[in-house]
Amino acid sequence: MYAQMITSEATQDDPEKLTTFQARIDSGEKIEPKDWMPEGYRKTLIRQIGQHAHSEIVGQLPEGNWITRAPTLERKAILLAKVQDEAGHGLYLYGAAETLGVSRDELTEMLLDGRMKYSSIFNYPTLTWADMGAVGLLVDGAAIMNQVPLQRTSYGPYSRAMIRICKEESFHQRQGYHIMMKMAQGTTAQKKMAQDALNRFWYPSLMMFGPSDKDSVHSAQSMAWKIKMNTNDELRQKFVDQTVPQAEFLGLTVPDKTLRWNEDKGGYDFAEPDWSEFFDVIKGNGPCNTERLAARNKAWDDGAWVRDGLMAHAAKKRAAKLAAE
Amino acid sequence: MTDQEALFEYLLRLGDSTLILGHRISEWCGHAPVLEEDIALANTALDLIGQTQMWLGLAAEVEGAGRSADELAMLRDVWDFRNLLLVEQPNGDFGQTMMRQCLFDAFHIELLTALSQSDDNRIAGISAKALKEVTYHLDRSSETVIGLGDGTEESHRRMQAALDLLWPYVGEMVTPDAVDTAMHAAGIAPDLTALRARFDTRIDAILTDATLVKPDSTYAQTGGKTGFRHSEHLGHLLTQMQWLQRAYPGAAW
Repeated sequence: MYAQMITSEATQDDPEKLTTFQARIDSGEKIEPKDWMPEGYRKTLIRQIGQHAHSEIVGQLPEGNWITRAPTLERKAILLAKVQDEAGHGLYLYGAAETLGVSRDELTEMLLDGRMKYSSIFNYPTLTWADMGAVGLLVDGAAIMNQVPLQRTSYGPYSRAMIRICKEESFHQRQGYHIMMKMAQGTTAQKKMAQDALNRFWYPSLMMFGPSDKDSVHSAQSMAWKIKMNTNDELRQKFVDQTVPQAEFLGLTVPDKTLRWNEDKGGYDFAEPDWSEFFDVIKGNGPCNTERLAARNKAWDDGAWVRDGLMAHAAKKRAAKLAAE
Repeated sequence: MTDQEALFEYLLRLGDSTLILGHRISEWCGHAPVLEEDIALANTALDLIGQTQMWLGLAAEVEGAGRSADELAMLRDVWDFRNLLLVEQPNGDFGQTMMRQCLFDAFHIELLTALSQSDDNRIAGISAKALKEVTYHLDRSSETVIGLGDGTEESHRRMQAALDLLWPYVGEMVTPDAVDTAMHAAGIAPDLTALRARFDTRIDAILTDATLVKPDSTYAQTGGKTGFRHSEHLGHLLTQMQWLQRAYPGAAW
């Protein structure tokens, strides 16, 4: 979940229309851009899809940090392809959000001035090459948990974007696992790097799902609208159950002394992350919040002349074409 | 220099140029002015790194000293690199990056077109594959240079400045030296003098559409493709690119 803590918008629409709308969702129909939809549904989706798109874009930065230091030509190519995919995911998602009546530029400005958020995970630094493995294994692994069910979300354009994204995400997670495997089977220094990366990314990855929302009214509304398919706790549990055996297979230790298999529930018992750290990061106090936003702002500001220049040229070409007709 | 040594040198020129340019463009990842540009730059970088794997792979084979493409990329120092000076120049602003790209692409497309007819089948094969990618690179870089050259007053000024800055690095690409001449004589590579005419035609057309003025100078900085004298920029690039392999020798990644 590249979208965290999405509060649903209250809706004050015609009750009859709302009932029909809910019936369509309940019967598994897709809602398309031109269909009637409650204002709250539209606004909540803009916030959720927008935050997801922003996460893809900001998410380029921690991995982009290692493209120029990738250890081999193949690793460099794979990492470039992965980060390029993420930019592509941003593009699909902004496209899906635009069908709800908000432009990509408007969303971008809201990201840049702090009105919209992106996932807390991208505010953590990537310090060694093993972090590229940990990001793939844990961050992409966590994202997939949420995105696979979202392929069935009620909003058509969002669902279709998710279907395309999921195909690529599973490749991302595999490449992360492969990096971790090489490191875990490598030299003493490489093993140490792999364990250190797991230590640093484990709890921030658990935070990606957001705090427990089992009692949240926002969550209940979003689930009724099928724009949220599972509770945060369900997804977190699923993620832990999937990831612990992978870490064990690699010979790495999950940094949680309380971790135990619980036969009764058929899943692991595990320690919650430090939620005060999570709220600090969300508020802007994470290790890299300042740098990440500064980098995005710089790219946007430095690029203004390019966007203006290309627009001006396109306008000249249109004018010339009109004059010729 | 034996024929094999000249061929090795020549392959390094091809592979090092795509490697260093691919690396330079990859520095943009996540920082481009528009999302579509970010994707396109990453895509170009990816193509160039892919071409590097093929060129340096063949160079390693021709050298026959048991080195791999990765070892050639990651374990040589500045003086052993044979890339063109143009491609090691820093990115500068987006306009400078796209001008560098356009100048290189206009040369690259002509070079690969000729090399795809090379008497050496391995070279012809790699070139034919790379040519498809580079055709797209030039479409895109020339469109951008034209759009920004003929855009606003500011974008025009920046593009002219980029052209003035980079023009002295054009001569090295299209002026033959002993290795180029030996490769041409062996039927492996084209005559660069003839290629220069085709390059000039392309660039002149692009610059005219871009309303940019080609600098009135034929002065050429040299020393990249011979390795005699690179710019100071290459060492810093290698420091970053080769760091992991240097810091942890012998590790597999």
